[in-house]
Amino acid sequence: MKVISDSFYMTQRHLMALMRQPFWIVFMLVQPVIWLLLYGQLFRRVVELPGFQTGNYISFLMPGVVVTSALFGGGWAGMGIIADLERGVIDRFLLTPVSRTAVIAGRIIAMCISGAVQSCILISLGFLMGARYGGGLVGIPLLLVSAMLMMAAFGALSNALALVVRKEESVIGASNMLLLPMTFLAPIYMAKPLMPGWMQKASLVNPVTWTVEAGREALRVSPNWSAVGIRLLILLIFVLASMWVATRAFRIYQRSM
Amino acid sequence: MTAVNPTPAVSQSRANPDASIRAEGLVKTYPNGVQALNGLSFSVASGSVYALLGPNGAGKSTTVKILTTLSRANSGSATVAGIDVMRNPSAVRNVIGCVAQKSGVDANATGRENLRLQGRFYGLGGAALEDRITELLARFRLSEAADKIVRTFSGGMQRKLDIALGLIHQPAVLFLDEPTTGLDPEARAELWEEISRLSGQIGITILLTTHYLEEADRLAQLVGIVDRGRLVAEGTPEGLKSELRGDAVHVEFAQIEDESRVHAALAGVDGIAEIALEGAGVRARAQHGASAAPGVLAALDRAGIKAMSVRIARPSLDDVYLKHTGRSLRDAESETAAQTKGGKR
Repeated sequence: MKVISDSFYMTQRHLMALMRQPFWIVFMLVQPVIWLLLYGQLFRRVVELPGFQTGNYISFLMPGVVVTSALFGGGWAGMGIIADLERGVIDRFLLTPVSRTAVIAGRIIAMCISGAVQSCILISLGFLMGARYGGGLVGIPLLLVSAMLMMAAFGALSNALALVVRKEESVIGASNMLLLPMTFLAPIYMAKPLMPGWMQKASLVNPVTWTVEAGREALRVSPNWSAVGIRLLILLIFVLASMWVATRAFRIYQRSM
Repeated sequence: MTAVNPTPAVSQSRANPDASIRAEGLVKTYPNGVQALNGLSFSVASGSVYALLGPNGAGKSTTVKILTTLSRANSGSATVAGIDVMRNPSAVRNVIGCVAQKSGVDANATGRENLRLQGRFYGLGGAALEDRITELLARFRLSEAADKIVRTFSGGMQRKLDIALGLIHQPAVLFLDEPTTGLDPEARAELWEEISRLSGQIGITILLTTHYLEEADRLAQLVGIVDRGRLVAEGTPEGLKSELRGDAVHVEFAQIEDESRVHAALAGVDGIAEIALEGAGVRARAQHGASAAPGVLAALDRAGIKAMSVRIARPSLDDVYLKHTGRSLRDAESETAAQTKGGKR
């Protein structure tokens, strides 16, 4: 199928560009490492409150940092397509028979591959700082899968926004407005039972919640697999819906030409 | 050669049955209210080079975008290689190559990688694709730089890579939207040579847009003059020029002069017509340039307008443009630039 082969070549294009500037992978890690260090210290003792099921805050925080890092990575993804729009690369692609879905999918897949590498580095750093992952060899890959699904969905939505507004400032603005509150309206830093009632309710419809809960559950010694499975399924549907939106955004872009 | 009437425009060449490009009554209005095309019609015979000539903002790029399926017309119809661009855009994309006004090369990849990816989009692969890439790199003298990152290429090299990208799948129709804009004269001359070779060798149909008169004159068999979204004249470069009787007389002033003063001064001079101010100077047409010039200078002198230089020239496409639109290309450019505040379409 053309969409699959085109996506493969597009992914290759983005990975080649990334490999020519590998420092980006490390650069993108600066922020999550700061969260890990600061929040890890600041909230160290909150685990003493009833409601936390662990005595080790770093172990609790770690999946949250991986998910937050993926969230921001996805949210900023639109910046890449704006650079390509400005250089005329997207217009050149649209003049060829390339699958429009592949133009988005290639970016998303390459982003998720680099996102997974970043997550592995974070998980290792967390381990050095004392985080322990009970679920081990099954739990860590599942945490990666859930984080990358969410990253893909937000990446697609960010690309869609970028195609419609075509301004870096708008993508930055929308990301800042939306992403930070989303991390606080999810059990990233605080266990869910300890969040205020309205926040708990808001967290139910927050994709960040589904992601971090799937990851945390998978990392437990004896996970509730159906709880993990249903969240991964919802995330997958979220990815497909976002991809559809992003592909439609090309029409809006072309209508403006 | 056919001078096209502004209203119900009927061009003879449109009846051409094996035209490779056929546009009829294209109208395009942008959401911001700017009317880019106002019933543009023209056709291009298979295997020929056709130039759409006009200032920025005349509607040339919009025309290319519609014909290459990037944009849609509000009304009118168009076919490329016999395929309807509105009804069957994906089939059109398989048979066309396009070099947009703005370079579309991927600056972070090598030249070869750019070409390879482009080839993949058309379903090419394997040794056939690699051979084609090598051939194109050699043709555009890019073989040595092929594996360097495109960011390091000169403007002329990037432009050549753009054209190579448009040719990777051996398209039947090639669109070149202002291919030499922004290039230095040397790179431009080299590109002209490449384009001439292209049209001569492989029987490809080329639609070229340009605001360089010299470019249209040199490359195209047929020139269509576009002004404010319509075709105002069409013909061979020679044919269009021979429509004009007489020479162009161009007088440069010491300073910018008032338009009405210049017109009043020259009104009584015998044998000159089509008087138009152009910056700090005036352009007019004379039956015999050399004999009209002294009269022009004397008349200006009587009116107290100081002339710095006078130039007499055989008709050029610029004069053709002036005749059909009532203004020089340069004035039209600054006019549209002021209207759109530098906005590119």
